[in-house]
Amino acid sequence: MSTNTIVSLPDQSTARIPKTNYITKENGLLSWLLTSDHKRIAILYLISLSFFFFIGGALAGLIRLELLTPQTDLMATDTYNKVFTMHGVIMVFFFLVPSVPATLGNFLLPMMIGAKDLALPKINLLSWYLYMAGGILALYTMMTGGVDTGWTFTTPLSTHYVNTNVLTTGLAVFVAGFSSIFTGLNFIVTIHKMRAPGMTWFRLPLFVWAHYAASILMVLATPVVAIAIVLVALERTIGIGVFDPAKGGDPLLFQHLFWFYSHPAVYIMILPGMGVISEVISTFSRKRVFGYTAVAFSSVAIAVFGFFVWAHHMFIMGISNYTVLVFSLLTMLVAVPSAIKIFNWTFTLYKGSITFETPMLYAFGFLGLFTIGGMTGVFLGTAGTDIHLTETYFIVAHFHFVMVGGMLMAFLAGLHFWWPKMTGRMYPEKVSQLAAVVTFIGFNLTFFPQFILGTLGMPRRYASYPPEFQVLNVFSTAGATILGVGYLLPVLYLVWSLKYGAIAGNNPWQATGLEWQTQSPPLTENFAVMPVMDHEAYDYEWLENQQQEQRREQEVTSAG
Amino acid sequence: MPDSPVIAHGADEVTDNAHEEHPSYLRHHFESTEQQADATGFAMWLFLLTEVMFFGGLFTAYLIYRNWYYPAFVAGSHQLNVIWGTTNTVVLILSSFTMAMGVWCAETRRKQGLVFCLILTFVLGLGFLGIKTVEYSEKIEKHHVPGLHYSLKSFLDPDSDAAAKAAGDKPLALDMARHTEVYFSLYFLMTGMHALHMIIGIGILGFMIFRARAGAYTSGHVTFVENFGLYWHFVDIIWIYLFALLYLISRHQ
Amino acid sequence: MDHISPVIWQFLVKWMTNFALLPPEASKLAPQMDALYFFILLVSLIGLTVVVLLVTSFSILYNKKRHPVAEQIEGSTLLEATWTIIPLGLFLVMFVWGALIYFRVFTPPANAMNIYVVGKQWMWKVEHPGGQHEINALHIPTGKPIQLTLISQDVFHSFSIPAFRVKREAIPGRYTTVWFEATVPGTYHLFCTQYCGTNHSQMIGDIVVLTPEDYRKWLASSTSGASLAQNGERLFASLSCAACHNTRPDARGPSLASVYGARLPLATGGTVIADDAYLREAILNPSQHVTQGYAPIMPTYQGQISEEGVIALVEYIKNLNSDYRIQQTLNTTDMLPESEGRTPGAQAPAVKGPVSKGTVKP
Repeated sequence: MSTNTIVSLPDQSTARIPKTNYITKENGLLSWLLTSDHKRIAILYLISLSFFFFIGGALAGLIRLELLTPQTDLMATDTYNKVFTMHGVIMVFFFLVPSVPATLGNFLLPMMIGAKDLALPKINLLSWYLYMAGGILALYTMMTGGVDTGWTFTTPLSTHYVNTNVLTTGLAVFVAGFSSIFTGLNFIVTIHKMRAPGMTWFRLPLFVWAHYAASILMVLATPVVAIAIVLVALERTIGIGVFDPAKGGDPLLFQHLFWFYSHPAVYIMILPGMGVISEVISTFSRKRVFGYTAVAFSSVAIAVFGFFVWAHHMFIMGISNYTVLVFSLLTMLVAVPSAIKIFNWTFTLYKGSITFETPMLYAFGFLGLFTIGGMTGVFLGTAGTDIHLTETYFIVAHFHFVMVGGMLMAFLAGLHFWWPKMTGRMYPEKVSQLAAVVTFIGFNLTFFPQFILGTLGMPRRYASYPPEFQVLNVFSTAGATILGVGYLLPVLYLVWSLKYGAIAGNNPWQATGLEWQTQSPPLTENFAVMPVMDHEAYDYEWLENQQQEQRREQEVTSAG
Repeated sequence: MPDSPVIAHGADEVTDNAHEEHPSYLRHHFESTEQQADATGFAMWLFLLTEVMFFGGLFTAYLIYRNWYYPAFVAGSHQLNVIWGTTNTVVLILSSFTMAMGVWCAETRRKQGLVFCLILTFVLGLGFLGIKTVEYSEKIEKHHVPGLHYSLKSFLDPDSDAAAKAAGDKPLALDMARHTEVYFSLYFLMTGMHALHMIIGIGILGFMIFRARAGAYTSGHVTFVENFGLYWHFVDIIWIYLFALLYLISRHQ
Repeated sequence: MDHISPVIWQFLVKWMTNFALLPPEASKLAPQMDALYFFILLVSLIGLTVVVLLVTSFSILYNKKRHPVAEQIEGSTLLEATWTIIPLGLFLVMFVWGALIYFRVFTPPANAMNIYVVGKQWMWKVEHPGGQHEINALHIPTGKPIQLTLISQDVFHSFSIPAFRVKREAIPGRYTTVWFEATVPGTYHLFCTQYCGTNHSQMIGDIVVLTPEDYRKWLASSTSGASLAQNGERLFASLSCAACHNTRPDARGPSLASVYGARLPLATGGTVIADDAYLREAILNPSQHVTQGYAPIMPTYQGQISEEGVIALVEYIKNLNSDYRIQQTLNTTDMLPESEGRTPGAQAPAVKGPVSKGTVKP
């Protein structure tokens, strides 16, 4: 029988959530707050991340409302400056950087490699507390007057020319940075040292490869922004002069130190999302990712090349022409692995058996929107066009396409894909498909006009603008409202599903990963019997054999 | 004192499997003590790599500004006391030696030896910090702390300053003298960051002495001492670089 | 174009300008950059179309109903090579093309007319060599390469003229430059595009491009007070620079005649070209820029002169006894109403190098 879905649920009249699982193992708030179970920590992260996402989203709503009209009429200009700064700080440091690694990565990595937990579970918990400390500091900043330097803390504006809460924001980011470093460190050690017997590097799911690459970036790049923040703080408080031209310092040094992290940061944000897409596309095409080795090496290539392109954020800042040449060339090189991945995912669909459940819809959205976002990056990496397009809404549109159209779509794809594993329950399919479509439409309407605005020359971070830009801004705000609905719906139906969703069983998607070979929700120690990996990743023939054996066993037991 | 207490788990603690006996210090998510030692050691090396990147930003700033303002860096460096600096370097290298001896004691289960080595390392570490305090207070007295009533007198008029006079410094022009503030910023930042790491290390050493006396590290579980040893050696290496870069600029009189 | 009825053509133009996707092209650079922009756009559209077509057709051809059993395909080295090499090739073409344009924008021609811009929170101060001052506005003629020398008094700003497709950061502590040549008279937007504090979005103005004739009229009507060089001369005198920088045999500093554009030997070894940035640095951080043969006794003027003051001094020094001043005079007076009737092209070729070799040593 051929239906339009691959979902295979247990008989709902007899199915129950397994009595012993990581959620029911212990009760009480303290058992969650002092846990060392990677799955519980992932859930803690999921709740706090969602909270910060909606705060950042509310700030975005305020931005778009203000930009409905050319004048600054909704709020004072200073307030607007604080709003977009806090939107950037919260979204980048408290949502995008930790999102997939800290929730899905934390939950799934040990399971995917056949381990009981991450290598350093207590450090994992520490990561969450550091994240919360940073987040609370950021909230405190917002409530005590905010900060208005832009999320990029450009000196000397941030050191000498504003009197808002630069120090507390810097501290919040510093602390959250260590959260990120420890998460990355944990992942690298885990992937190196805790793979189950038979789990060779090239049998790892591509989700793991993607997290490995992102973790290298987390570990090596984040300390540099930490020291940059320390320098800004000291320059601001005691005036050490390291960025102050009057004392012989150079404000461009801050730019180099800041972007040395912040460019790899965008790859930290996108690589885990790409890992999710690999898993989703292969599952819903019922076949191995096309060109597994190419995709795995592309992830690492993006990480490595990503370290060498930071100055493409500084092309018009007075760096030498030859520096520009080198960084523009390297930027072109870093674009290639991403292109390779898009084509590999596309060809995974070739001769597959495709169904269109919600995770797959989000994955398709990713393919289109990340392609657009990535190609607009090429506009910016090309030094000649960058002159015209940099510092305009083209940049804003570019990074929202890759981060929101790419990364956030991937996060939602992953959240829906692994929701049954994490909670034991299925989300409602029709509503979620509707939300995916609404999100896609809202996203395009919000951000596509911004490419045109940027090309026309509208600068970014403007509270007021010349009237001829109004029409496109109105479109953008209209889209933002639709997008907001698209993001609210999942919160509603996912929470609903916790009580009323269908029981999922071990492997509702009939997927091949190790995480699907155990109960949903999983045991605290993940596996009752430690698995031995004796097949390739995405081995659907192996899965077919497994299922045949299980059916035969069932016939035997029911017959005998 | 019992030798590496072994634990046999009851069936209720873990599902069905027959559970083999293992040392008490084996964390349950690891399959064996070897894996645990391997993983935690690797984690420490990775952590030290992040520390390299952290200090790296400061070294980058140093590289650039020394290249631009060499005369100011020379004058600033001559303000530092090479005797104290060398003493500190010797103290730290000695402490690395005592730490390495401590690790050996832990590995060969010599409890008294370990405690003794840890105490020595602790004392040497405190000695380093003590000398640093003396140096810092001298800088404060001379108003060489950037941003806080920074004084250019020693650089505009070297004869008024004992250290500059001894080094045979010529007076700097005003704009170059101003750049000495950048040198001292880097001095305080780099040695301050280093001192912070020392303080944390000494704190952990104190904790370790306490635990070592209870035999925690001499019953087979040595990874904590080994990994801390890595950290301590790293802090030492950073100091050696700082000493060379900050204290020894143009001292070949 | 002759085949299109003028009515339809007018309609098309009106429709295109009202729904313009690009700013007007008002400089020589603009069409060049737009060509590259359209090339990248084309490649992007093709790429996107390819991906969307493939995804859509695969979804239709291989959906579960139609293709219930998936074929396990490992990959294809040939395909991998194809979609690595083709994108790489295209990106490299864009890289080279873009690099050429970039170099063009940031390598000013020798005969560019120089205008200084000082950015501060939250306005642009434009200083013409002839002494005209503008706030948040810049009047320029068509058909002449104009170089802007930018600096900021406080934080990072960015001088952006979308219609010319140029943009350059104004940084505290050093000069940055950009050049362009306007082609179409009109008024165009000037934006500050680097977030600089509260009134960042108010730091906007007009670039007024005039025909050469109108520009002459504007120059004549808006000259108020002394030229930049004259102001510089006054500052030079008030700061007693001539106490050391004179041509007496016992002068303690090098003479500044013809120093602009010369290659100077430095006391620290090596040589340097005395351009705007060097002159500014020599005034503010003299001890690092001592000419060979002189003692490092020049005091620093950091904190004593504003950026405008430095610009005035630099302008003054530029014009001392060198061909440049004559050239510049010709450039500006060519524009003045009195010059009507003078034969065009009566300009000596612009010389950025020294007339005399090296510095004048007493």
